[in-house]
Amino acid sequence: MIMNFEYVLLIILLPLLSFLITGLTGMKYKPIWSGIIGTVSLGLSFSLSWFTAIKYFFAYGKIDAQGVLGDTFLKLTPWNINWLQLSPTLHIDMGIMLDPISVMMLVVVTTVSLMAHIYSIGYMKGEDGFVRFFSFLSLFSFSMLGLVVATNLFQMYIFWELVGVSSYLLIGYYYQKPSAVSASKKAFIVTRFADLGFLVGILILSYFTQTFDFKELVSPEGPVLGHPITAMFMGTSVLVWSMILIFMGGAGKSAMFPLHIWLPDAMEGPTPVSALIHAATMVVAGVYLVARLIPVYAIQAPAALEVVGYVGAFSSLFAAIIATTQFDIKRVLAFSTMSQIGYMMVGLGMSGYGGHEGLGYMASMFHLFTHAMFKALLFLAAGAIIHAVHSNVMNEMGGLRKYLPITHITFLIATLTIAGVPGLSAFFSKDEILVAAYHHNKFIYYIQLFVAGLTAFYMFRLYFRVFWNTEPHYHHTPHESPLTMTIPLMFLAFMAIFSGYIPFHDLVTSDGKALETHAEYIVMIPAILVGFIGIGMAWVMYKKETDIPDKISQSLRGIYTTIYHKFYIDEVYMFITHRILFRGISQPIAWFDKHVIDGTLDGMGKTTELVSDRIKGLQSGQLQKYAFVFVTGVIILLLSVLYFAA
Amino acid sequence: MDFLSLFVIIPTITVFAIAVSKNYQQTRLIAAVGMGIQLILSIVLLFSYMALRKAGNTEEMLYAHSYMWFPALNIKYSIGVDGIAVAMIVLTSVIVFAGVFASWISVEKWQKEFFIFLILLATGVFGFFISLDMFTMFLFYELAVLPMYILIGIWGSGRKEYGAMKLTLMLMGGSALLLFGIIGIYYNSFDTFGNHTFDIIEISHNNLPLNVQLFFYPFIFVGFGVLGALFPLHTWSPDGHASAPTAVSMLHAGVLMKLGGYGILRVAMFLLPEAAQTTAWIFIILATIGVVYGAFGVIWQKDLKYINAYSSVSHVGLITFGLLMMNTTAMDGAVIQMISHGLMTALFFALIGMIYGRTHTRDITQMGGLMKVIPFLAVCYVIGGLASLGLPGFSGFVAEMTIFFGAFQHADAFRTVATILVASSIVVAAVYILRVIGILLFGPIKNAHFEELKDATWYERVSTVTLILAITIIGVAPFWLSDMIQVSLSPIVARLTSVF
Repeated sequence: MIMNFEYVLLIILLPLLSFLITGLTGMKYKPIWSGIIGTVSLGLSFSLSWFTAIKYFFAYGKIDAQGVLGDTFLKLTPWNINWLQLSPTLHIDMGIMLDPISVMMLVVVTTVSLMAHIYSIGYMKGEDGFVRFFSFLSLFSFSMLGLVVATNLFQMYIFWELVGVSSYLLIGYYYQKPSAVSASKKAFIVTRFADLGFLVGILILSYFTQTFDFKELVSPEGPVLGHPITAMFMGTSVLVWSMILIFMGGAGKSAMFPLHIWLPDAMEGPTPVSALIHAATMVVAGVYLVARLIPVYAIQAPAALEVVGYVGAFSSLFAAIIATTQFDIKRVLAFSTMSQIGYMMVGLGMSGYGGHEGLGYMASMFHLFTHAMFKALLFLAAGAIIHAVHSNVMNEMGGLRKYLPITHITFLIATLTIAGVPGLSAFFSKDEILVAAYHHNKFIYYIQLFVAGLTAFYMFRLYFRVFWNTEPHYHHTPHESPLTMTIPLMFLAFMAIFSGYIPFHDLVTSDGKALETHAEYIVMIPAILVGFIGIGMAWVMYKKETDIPDKISQSLRGIYTTIYHKFYIDEVYMFITHRILFRGISQPIAWFDKHVIDGTLDGMGKTTELVSDRIKGLQSGQLQKYAFVFVTGVIILLLSVLYFAA
Repeated sequence: MDFLSLFVIIPTITVFAIAVSKNYQQTRLIAAVGMGIQLILSIVLLFSYMALRKAGNTEEMLYAHSYMWFPALNIKYSIGVDGIAVAMIVLTSVIVFAGVFASWISVEKWQKEFFIFLILLATGVFGFFISLDMFTMFLFYELAVLPMYILIGIWGSGRKEYGAMKLTLMLMGGSALLLFGIIGIYYNSFDTFGNHTFDIIEISHNNLPLNVQLFFYPFIFVGFGVLGALFPLHTWSPDGHASAPTAVSMLHAGVLMKLGGYGILRVAMFLLPEAAQTTAWIFIILATIGVVYGAFGVIWQKDLKYINAYSSVSHVGLITFGLLMMNTTAMDGAVIQMISHGLMTALFFALIGMIYGRTHTRDITQMGGLMKVIPFLAVCYVIGGLASLGLPGFSGFVAEMTIFFGAFQHADAFRTVATILVASSIVVAAVYILRVIGILLFGPIKNAHFEELKDATWYERVSTVTLILAITIIGVAPFWLSDMIQVSLSPIVARLTSVF
């Protein structure tokens, strides 16, 4: 049956299969086979996803169970099984839900993942853990796909944890390198802490609604929208609290301030991992989570949505400022990712539900899509650069355009895209976010406009420093990467240019109905202008080696150092964990346990020994002594009897 | 001859067979075969139990039999199982099986005696789980606890006399309380003929007077609580485990500590429901402290066994916590946690023993980079670690989530706050587990001798793979287990909730 979507299960299971095969038997044959198995299975998932997207958006997405064509994209559930019955009403399901955003995410995840797979065959060639790498990459793809098709909040949480662990394993890929080990640990623990908020949020929400199911949660007659929860906690509705807590989980995964500290360190992982997990897919899971629950946020918990908007806006500004001072090219890109995800959060924060109110939602999803393509491209290109010069630091680069022509062109395309140059994809998506902000919150709008300029500046700073500027002395002449690496670059460059022309306003909207959008020049023109100002400033300062950057950093020494050290947030965390949690709580507990609790018990033992030691002298084995005590006892007894009788 | 008694008879036969074995090879082969049969038998029991339930058998206890043993006091050998007992029996046989393989070469002296005491201990545990009569239950309980002293005292390491003495004395203290509580219940209960009885099912048909319940409940709860590492009576666990030989640690932390939780469920709560409800708050506070305290306590430890012992205190605290929430969901989670923690901790102790056998140290600061030299064991350790920090796909996650969601079904602020505190332990768990993994397995190799270490042998693989498989099966497909437990919990929950 052509309307049938059951095969979507294959999209998810193929990577799982590949993980199991390569993970369990990968050591038995040549490493390259693991790469091939992984890539082929992802390739199949990729084809099926695109097929599903076309089928869903252009043929069957609006046809309901009775076969009637409506004007709204429906939420289809081709698979759903009851995985664990918690209580008579509450059960955890595992299933597949297709709606515009999940179908879009299927495409994003499989596309970027396939590109990362192909690229890795070249990039990871000859590495010790080649098999392990591909195995984990498959595990990640499986988890991420399971997350996006989740039918319920709890399934999402399950896969949420699984993507977290895949990320941990891949960041720590170079496990003999202490920095990679601590980076992976940091990433896992910070996101775990955020996930505690997520979990408590789910606990509260499920207590009041007795359901995890997305369809029920967002249905107008459902337990949230149909019967508003009236319970209050500290002057605010518990629903708002639970939605803020759930967003905390999203903020952790999406590296929003103040839970962002793991993302820059996560760049210790191999570059394809950074491209796939820490740029295009896993880090947008938080955005996806909020988008998934947008009706609840917009209708019943607007205060929580406001938090989303402000956190997003602040993070995007914060990250963009730091990005202007960093020298490690992957870290610049990491902060850029954080900043761009901030944009997406702003889009959601500025959104309502339904009709034109939902513009921010559409814009956010649009930006998620375009960002995935151009940011994955930037990372993969950065990988090609690192591959060529064997360094991450831009001081050791320069003039690379001559040596790496394909990388150069594709990187330039991506940089132009992120800078918001008209005609390229991010121009359209970023513009929609700005429009939404402009209509909702002028303050945030101005912040985002400024960030747009900063983005153009720091990205072109990176571009000019790497591909122009002064050429350092290279030990080996840098050379262009093999085809396995450049083909993904070219494909993604194509996507970065043209994905802006996908009619998102028809396809991915908050309520599933098509949305009319029109160009608002009052927003568009300033955005273009700040973009060009940013590019211009970077041109002046970095195209050739000048002393302007040094002069600026000299004159603003204190501020510059603060920014360069990422506002010392890491140090704050170090203080909290090491000084307070480890030395302040853990060490005293260990002491208390050993000396007080155990001491008491040992004390009891010692006392018993002592007492027995004192009284054991009585049992001396000497007959005279016994006889003496016996006779004395009898006499005392006799005397007392006589005394009392008298 | 009834089916359930086989679970006591087969280990007993194995013990006798070992006694006449000629050398180490024969001894361990007999032990492996005996425990292999036991494992198969327990899986048969599991499936036939599920088939009977599916066929519509709604009796509280299946395969029930009762033989008069000492008529003067109305003591019976009375046996029967429900889903909880079946699950625990399967758990025990998996762990004993894995434990035998973990001791394949590591026992250095008196191997025959070692296996005799080990399997005697297992006999006690199996007997405990099939018993429905408090007296025989107590008898088997003692049978399980006593060999521990000899096993640690003779085959242990480090401060073994101290550890063995401490463990035994504390557990014996618990037994004393328990015995007092059991006799108290006996003298206040009547069966259908008006005689005093030890029979759990018969006692449960009547309600004991409230003052009797309130008086004896703390004795039984604390008595079993000592074995369940209830704060602040947990300190036997780190010292005892640190000096115990591998298989003993596995069996002890894996199964014996669960006797505590099982006893609380089956005796304390089932027979004294009103007292359980009234005093719940005290023990909820203790369990919550235990969970958080244990988790923080781990961070500062350096000895692998201490690390696992303290994390056990935290995880076992979750069992008590779940039971104390007294609704089907939370108690279901608690029983799954018993199984899950049993498997995980057995896996850890097995791996620690295997690593110690190679590096001759358990101090994590002395080790590093083991992933490179013993990848199989290291990967198993990582899997165990991930399971222990509650990663979906492994049993720990299912157990923890069920407990949290069950506990959160209560509307009162006290239980809500306790639940959130307990849930926060999963973050601390992530901290200490990843810290250990990072120091122990990753990073550069610290000691040049470690370069020559050999990876797992076949018997070590049997041991670890069995445990990992069990953890994964529950983690991926928990529904059958959860269903089986929930059905069996219903009489207990019904008694607990009928009180109010």
